[in-house]
Amino acid sequence: MKRSKMMEFGVGLFVLAGILGMVFLGLRVSGISLGVPQDTFTLQANFANIGGLKSGSRVAMAGVTIGRVTDVALDTEWLDARVTMELDEDLEGKISRDSTASILTSGLLGEQYVGLSVGGDPEMLEEGDTIRDTQQALVLEQLIQQFVSNMTSD
Amino acid sequence: MIRPIASLGRGTLEALSALGRASMFLAQSAVGIPSREGWHLWLRQMHFIGVMSLAIVLVSGLFIGMVLGLQGYTILVGFGAEDALGQMVALSLLRELAPVVAALLFAGRAGSALTAEIGLMKATEQLTSMEMIGIDPLRRIVAPRLWAGFISMPLLTVGFSVVGIWGGYLVGVQWLGVFDGSYWSNMQSSVAFVDDILNGMLKSVVFGLVVTWIAVFQGYDLIPTSEGISRATTRTVVYSSLAVLGLDFVLTALMFGELG
Repeated sequence: MKRSKMMEFGVGLFVLAGILGMVFLGLRVSGISLGVPQDTFTLQANFANIGGLKSGSRVAMAGVTIGRVTDVALDTEWLDARVTMELDEDLEGKISRDSTASILTSGLLGEQYVGLSVGGDPEMLEEGDTIRDTQQALVLEQLIQQFVSNMTSD
Repeated sequence: MIRPIASLGRGTLEALSALGRASMFLAQSAVGIPSREGWHLWLRQMHFIGVMSLAIVLVSGLFIGMVLGLQGYTILVGFGAEDALGQMVALSLLRELAPVVAALLFAGRAGSALTAEIGLMKATEQLTSMEMIGIDPLRRIVAPRLWAGFISMPLLTVGFSVVGIWGGYLVGVQWLGVFDGSYWSNMQSSVAFVDDILNGMLKSVVFGLVVTWIAVFQGYDLIPTSEGISRATTRTVVYSSLAVLGLDFVLTALMFGELG
């Protein structure tokens, strides 16, 4: 009888450890938030080239993450890449209309993200607005091509 | 000319017949809710298959995590990208190493034991005796072992991943000096709960079912002699390992590749 109880206790502990392990993986490793999902507002930006940017990439301002890219699609009217971003709702009405969106790379091997730098226009961007001033991703091949053509033209 | 073609046909028919028998065996033993007494049998098997395998799985997970931390650091530091260590350790473990290595260890420790145990029952005619007194050996002997293996495998994989990530942290952050905040924040920004963690767990569920199925079927279907038991035990480890590695490729292609 005692052995059976010990066995039950061992199996219970095993299952509990498995559940706690999943909670650890969810919260600590993948960074899931248990709180209510934050309210967001959406902005869009068109880029000539997005490089390796994908849905889920972060959006940062002054190095601080303020949102995520939710969609990347081809704009069939202008034939460039249309990036949709969800930003913290606290920033709604605080990003000026002449702000710049650039595609940057974190570190040498890091992932690409959208960096926003605020301008000085008194008018602010609202829900669904498009950022006009954008800077495309740095593509190494284009850079080399430019360098080579400059060298040969001299 | 006729003989090789005939032997190919015979081989194919035998393989199909074995697959058919194994499928019937799985269907007959997996169905039905265990009775009160059945729960006790199931609990005992969970203890033997899951709890007793925990030590080997956790120790292996710790060492694999530590090796990943060490190897990852020496490679990444050359590019000045040692901050990506957490991301590398977590993704390697969650997507591939934890489900696959835990399943291979599980096949070696629990799978072979299951085959030998059921095989010895068959060789000593305990299974036939049960049938004669009206107890279905599939329900009483096979089903608890099948379900226990099926449930234990994902739990063992979770343990492997957690301990492995901690092992990578121990070597990378505590011993080699990677910044603590970068280790966790890079991991959190690159690991997706559904795409990486749940897909890895799904792999381990499939491996758990396949390994336990192979183990109990080999035990039930063997030639009841000492040589037959030894051959079936070997077959369990070989077939399970090959099945795990082969299925891993298919599941990886479906989940993370461009084929899905």
